[in-house]
Amino acid sequence: MSYGAAVDETGRPVKVVEGLPGVVTDWSSDQQAFKRVPWGKAMMWIFLLSDTFIFAIFLTSYMTVRTSTTVPWPNSSEVFALTVFGNHIPLILIAIMTFILISSSGTMAMAVKFGYEKKRKITTFLILATAFFGASFVGMQVFEWTKLIVEEGVRPWGNPMGAPQFGATFFMITGFHGFHVSVGVILLLMVARKVWTGDLENMRPGFFTGRRGGYEIVEIVGLYWHFVDLVWVFIFAFFYLW
Amino acid sequence: MSDVITEEGEQQHPIAIYFWVWGLLFVLSALSYMVDYMQLQGYLRWTLILFFMFLKAGFIIAVFMHMFYERLAMACAILIPMGCLLVLIGLMSFEANYTKDTRAVYLDGGTGVMQMEGVAKHD
Repeated sequence: MSYGAAVDETGRPVKVVEGLPGVVTDWSSDQQAFKRVPWGKAMMWIFLLSDTFIFAIFLTSYMTVRTSTTVPWPNSSEVFALTVFGNHIPLILIAIMTFILISSSGTMAMAVKFGYEKKRKITTFLILATAFFGASFVGMQVFEWTKLIVEEGVRPWGNPMGAPQFGATFFMITGFHGFHVSVGVILLLMVARKVWTGDLENMRPGFFTGRRGGYEIVEIVGLYWHFVDLVWVFIFAFFYLW
Repeated sequence: MSDVITEEGEQQHPIAIYFWVWGLLFVLSALSYMVDYMQLQGYLRWTLILFFMFLKAGFIIAVFMHMFYERLAMACAILIPMGCLLVLIGLMSFEANYTKDTRAVYLDGGTGVMQMEGVAKHD
């Protein structure tokens, strides 16, 4: 049965394959929906869209348990306060972590720009700076978790300050975000190496997938990194400030 | 150099815009931190938190992630589905408030201990 001849963009007939092999040929028939968007970038955006839903579900469940509990919610301003040189400053560690992550986004954005201009040295330096900021963010998060678990006695099932759901949502949300940052740091180091050795400039095949990639790879890992910063904006607002 | 997207999809923008957005994100973060530092409470606090949050998110997506310069078709494909989340948030907010009211009426502080007299027990 025919549904009209299948043709490509130039009007030439396309070979139509039936059955299971047809599934593969249909999906890999090199149709480009978004013009002037490298396929890897479109795929990263689609991954980030799905990741948005995961984080949104975490934050929504946090909203649900926080709204529905009749036990007072711990005051995050006090829980995350630090005493620095004798001064008691509310939420200071979280503020520093926020500024560090924003700075890492700034260096990443410029790394993308210099990457497309094929300035290898400064691109590598900026990506490494981004990775350094990311690693120090994770380090501070380890400090924050240690303080909360050891000194404050916060557990996923309870804490001395109030509603037990505080610990469950805190460890789940910041833990999942911290995992994203850690993965991002590893990806950044891999891309920094590719830029430094000239793999992107010479389109050498990657060691894992064997695919050849140019400087759009810097932008793609950059998208992931900005997304990690973006999620932190929401966590900062809803978990720490609310 | 002005804003250019080459045939290969390379994003090329003047470096000044990245510095401007970087500085703006610093200012907005400082302002949202001040909301807590000044201990503003109630609707003023929540409005300011959301205002600064959406501004920051918008600048990161539009400029750092280049969504402002991308094809409109892709921007729509990525951004519009996120609207579904509003339905989820709305439904769960409704549900959570109902649960809270039920707990306030029937349970002792949400601990599960039956408190109010006159509640029928099925034995």
